[in-house]
Amino acid sequence: MTPEELEQIAEEERAAQGEVPHHINVCVAAGCVSCQSSSVKEAIDKEIVNRGWEQKCKSKGVGCMGLCAEGPLVSTETGTLYQHVVPADAGEILDSLEASPVDRLICRTDVPFFQRQKKIVLENSGIVDPERVEEYVGASGYGALINVLTEMAPSEVVQEVVKSGLRGRGGAGYPTGLKWSTVAKAAGQQKYVICNADEGDPGAFMDRSVLESDPHRVLEGMLIAAFAVGASEGYIYVRAEYPLAIKRLRTAIRQAERIGLLGSNICGTRFSFRIDLRLGAGAFVCGEETALIASVEGRRGTPRPRPPYPAQEGLFGCPTLINNVETYANIAPIIRNGGEWYSQIGTEKSKGTKVFALAGSVLNTGLVEVPMGITLREIVFDIGGGIPGGRAFKAVQTGGPSGGCLPSQFLDMPVDYESLAKAGSIMGSGGMIVMDESSCMVDVAKYFMDFCMTESCGKCVPCRVGTYQMNELLARITGCSATTQEIILLEELCDLLRNTSLCGLGQSAPNPVVSTLRYFADEYKAHVEQKICPAGVCGHEGKEAS
Amino acid sequence: MITDFSKPTPPSLDKRWRLVDATMRRLGHHSHGLIEALHTVQETFGFLDEGALRYVAISLRVPFSRAFGVATFYQFFTLKPAGEHTCVVCMGTACYIKGAPQLLSAMQRDLEIKPGETTADGRVSLLTARCLGSCGLAPAVVYDHEVAGKVSPTDLRDRVKKWTRHDS
Repeated sequence: MTPEELEQIAEEERAAQGEVPHHINVCVAAGCVSCQSSSVKEAIDKEIVNRGWEQKCKSKGVGCMGLCAEGPLVSTETGTLYQHVVPADAGEILDSLEASPVDRLICRTDVPFFQRQKKIVLENSGIVDPERVEEYVGASGYGALINVLTEMAPSEVVQEVVKSGLRGRGGAGYPTGLKWSTVAKAAGQQKYVICNADEGDPGAFMDRSVLESDPHRVLEGMLIAAFAVGASEGYIYVRAEYPLAIKRLRTAIRQAERIGLLGSNICGTRFSFRIDLRLGAGAFVCGEETALIASVEGRRGTPRPRPPYPAQEGLFGCPTLINNVETYANIAPIIRNGGEWYSQIGTEKSKGTKVFALAGSVLNTGLVEVPMGITLREIVFDIGGGIPGGRAFKAVQTGGPSGGCLPSQFLDMPVDYESLAKAGSIMGSGGMIVMDESSCMVDVAKYFMDFCMTESCGKCVPCRVGTYQMNELLARITGCSATTQEIILLEELCDLLRNTSLCGLGQSAPNPVVSTLRYFADEYKAHVEQKICPAGVCGHEGKEAS
Repeated sequence: MITDFSKPTPPSLDKRWRLVDATMRRLGHHSHGLIEALHTVQETFGFLDEGALRYVAISLRVPFSRAFGVATFYQFFTLKPAGEHTCVVCMGTACYIKGAPQLLSAMQRDLEIKPGETTADGRVSLLTARCLGSCGLAPAVVYDHEVAGKVSPTDLRDRVKKWTRHDS
């Protein structure tokens, strides 16, 4: 593969697209697939054949369009978006191509949900077919890689990432450029690049969506990273619970190998790189980098003390670069447009955009990408459309089991790493769950503690025993049988787990409890002193909502 | 140190063991292929029994205790065969606050089993998932690998009743 050959593929693809005047895109990411979007696509294809419109109209499956709750989503080349499409609508949609759009199905795109977003990571989502490398190349894909291989030195690539100010999107926000330069400087013949796609946070589906919608983007990011740090082998550690993402990644790797962008002597240079998949097996702790490495090595996913950090001693004892899916997905645009360009987006310390999975008690649930520094109010009320059913906003939960619940007083706070941490939560991988007055915050805290208890790997005592004890205390509180003394005990345990656990799971497990104790102390008080649950959730276990 | 190593015999004559062998061969019979090999066994046979664990352990030259440790550490692996049908209730945060606990308790009462168990007649297994990532469709349930969104206890009951009826 030479730059000229790549350009030729891109041109041929654009020409082929141009031959047909009408294009219909059907979302084939997991959200819409579970609403039978594949039968919608089949119906449209059949209708095209029946009408003999093969030269006139083409349909294709594309990645996530964002508004997952309104699927299946279908769009046309004019930018018209249709929601809740069923196979029987195929004829009407085809009729509309040369007439006016089908009003009955239209989904307005002039609303804040679409207008307020800024798409960098998701720029190809909903536009390119994730199962065809030609489409990705046609959308300037792999151009950044070619540029890096033919015109840049590894140190220049690292410099560009440093300049961009990109920070790890897995949750902790460690500067990506710094991590790359540490691995690049580490001594060793053999180095590895790992992509952490073990998205274990309940309520988060950003990585799944990126992998399903634009898998080549992640491969390109990994390739550039491998060139920059001097690695020749890479692994993508992906959850076994994401079969569609796994299938598309396998296809993407095969295609990249076929056109010579993965393998030996890529683009005629001395750079060689191959990528293999490793499937996770349902352990939340494997999101922690040392536990993830243990799992890739075929062992139980238990973390180990750091240092040494994986950048020095990682997979099979070699220097290893581990980044999250979204981090890698940011790399190609940074190289294409320059680190400077990226650093102009966002806030002083948090650059670029962040993808959030907006869910819970909010009107527009789905995937959104917003610039850092946007306020929570804009995300929940403008983009999210507010709380359905006329109920009042209570809290927004960010960061999953490691994060916290933020009450309404933080709605005007900018969303960036520092502000969220100051408020007692974390950026996390990007799950954002909105809760209304019908949720009991003590019950939510117990839900997360139960999660951490089940997912604790059992290696260190504070986490193994502490999460169990905290869960017991929370069960007594939600059961309205706790005493005030037990709340003090709960606070002490929070402190203990934070300071003495071995890895991030145990250290951050108290966060949901600490944040709810801080902002919703009256709810705890009501459970303990008045023996009631203000939201009417607790003490009704097993009661059915009918 | 054992230097003599002959290829172990699969637990049965079932031809599907070739798939497992292929995975182990692809990874050079290296011990780091343990999880991948177990994935292939579970994908092929539906669960991991002692014979399978022993076979994989011997083939990859790891102690049986390590194979058993890995198989029981990860929630995705199961040592028991699943029922004819499976019903997975997602317990992710979004599903939880939108009523997944009610779905689960309705099923527990109807089927008289706990999550992770199979009905006595082997018809239905009730499982929970940490998060399916279908949060936009909360609460979500997977009926035999097919995801359904915005499920109500009534929907769920009607669907599962079809499986438990003995004439179906």
